Amino acid sequence: MITERREREKEEGIERLKFNFVVSNLRCVIQEEWHQRGPVADFGLTFVTKPMRALVAVKRVIDYAIKVRVKPDKTGVVKENVQHSMNPFDEIALEEAVRLKEKQIIKEVVAVSLGPSKSQETLRTALAKGADRAIHVEVEEVMAEKIEPLLIAKILRRIAEAEKPDLIFLGKQAIDDDCGQTAQLLAGLLNWPQAMYASAVEQESDKTFIVTREVDGGRESVRIKIPAIISADLRLNEPRYATLPNIMKAKNKLLEKRKPADYGIEIVQQIQILEVTEPPKRKSGGFVEDVPSLVVKLKEMGVV
Amino acid sequence: HIAFRFTGTLVLAEHTGGKLNPITLNAVSAASKLGEISVLVAGTNVTKIAEQVAKVEQVKRVFIADHEKLKHQLPEHVAKTVETLQKQYKFDHVVAGASTFGRDVLPRVAAQFDASPITDIIAIHSNDTFSRPIYAGNAICKVKSNAPVKFLTFRGTAFQPAKESGGSGKIEKAPETDFSFDGVEFLSQELLKSERPDLQSAKVVVSGGRAIGSADNFKMIYELADKLKAAVGASRAAVDAGYVSNELQIGQTGKVVAPELYIAIGISGAIQHTAGMKDSKVIVAINKDPDAPIFEVIIVII
Repeated sequence: MITERREREKEEGIERLKFNFVVSNLRCVIQEEWHQRGPVADFGLTFVTKPMRALVAVKRVIDYAIKVRVKPDKTGVVKENVQHSMNPFDEIALEEAVRLKEKQIIKEVVAVSLGPSKSQETLRTALAKGADRAIHVEVEEVMAEKIEPLLIAKILRRIAEAEKPDLIFLGKQAIDDDCGQTAQLLAGLLNWPQAMYASAVEQESDKTFIVTREVDGGRESVRIKIPAIISADLRLNEPRYATLPNIMKAKNKLLEKRKPADYGIEIVQQIQILEVTEPPKRKSGGFVEDVPSLVVKLKEMGVV
Repeated sequence: HIAFRFTGTLVLAEHTGGKLNPITLNAVSAASKLGEISVLVAGTNVTKIAEQVAKVEQVKRVFIADHEKLKHQLPEHVAKTVETLQKQYKFDHVVAGASTFGRDVLPRVAAQFDASPITDIIAIHSNDTFSRPIYAGNAICKVKSNAPVKFLTFRGTAFQPAKESGGSGKIEKAPETDFSFDGVEFLSQELLKSERPDLQSAKVVVSGGRAIGSADNFKMIYELADKLKAAVGASRAAVDAGYVSNELQIGQTGKVVAPELYIAIGISGAIQHTAGMKDSKVIVAINKDPDAPIFEVIIVII
């Protein structure tokens, strides 16, 4: 009899503890919502759903305005003393995540970059533009050249498994290697839906987003269930500039440093770069004085 | 399933609204340098497309994957079909044109086979060695692939289209695929309709930039294009300014064209734009500014 009573009391105690835990958690969430939205906030559904998290992958590349020069030894392009910045498509991807955070759809934005130590500058920029924290997966500069999108996708998969984001944003391509593969490879590895070349992203419900994609013939609209991968196209948004106060604040944000080995990933190359050369040069043309002589010239060439 | 050792190449056919996309023919012609060609046609009611593909020169086999889930050829479902096919037939190369469709699907499948893809190939040197442009076409990179399966996309303008006759491919059903993935759903499509020739296969392209000034002024571009039976293109600036829709954008992140004649009107010629047109045979630039960078790549100038 006594043991039975004790058992019951114990169970009730556990139940009470569980209940208290849930209540206090809810209180926390409500307080936070209240704090963010003010007393008129609509608590309808939002406070019971798990706050969303976004991961954004950013790459440090040679600035888009620089005309690159091929090295005479044909091993690559000249990178020393050349202006680098965040890949323009990644800026757009990041901006979208930050905007979703401002709309309070996303709770936390985590920026990730893989590359040499200088990639930290790119991550600081991401933090200044609104990312909450950053992860830098460091590789040596000579290795960075050889990292293929597949390897990046494998590391991002490990990070996604640890961070459990609801959305992963990437640029549609890096303007240096022009591969345009990472987002699709990652989606394949995770078996998540992929909405590539996004020009609009809208939340539909707590589980679904509607993404407008730029496809060859025009536009296409798809509904994706989270977790999902979105790659940003040019016209998704107009990225903001980092303001000075935000650049200062970014210095205090958390920047975690990792190595590929921390994710159990070994750098293996499948694609070997044999040589990098200049594209064939065009013969320079000439000027013509007026329209009739242009037409005559084109007719001579047989193109009209 | 019995796994056949089938030394060959699988080409993904691209089609819309019952029409074969011409880039498929460029992909077949590129693939013919790699080995025996099989083509996958995925969609709904695709028998006619498959019959058309079977007649393309060099095509030995055509696989039909017909399923409701493939109706809009979403990459998630097409990739699954390709994956199933690859598991059974073990092709050495799985290839497509470097279009939205090809770029969408191929890397997703490649991930399942732990293979690094190579995108936007402009030259084939051997079964495993290829050239592709990097840095917006300002450098050409020659690479050798040790990937277990070569997943490749070919730039359409770099390869002649295969002839649409002379082939006698055997048509068969693709193996059953698991379409239970429900993370994505097609909603709608808004395609640009135009009487003009397709931008990427047109012989003449007339392109306008920011200096055109307005969407209204762009009519002049259309009129000139009509006279020349040309397709119309645009620079990013013209698209951003709202003169034309973004499907017409030519450049690193837009479409790549290589027509016989490219007429650039009011386009300064930023690196990102020239990346999409500098392989055109004859380039004419019409520009008030004699120092515009476009003049570095042109033949005839006003």
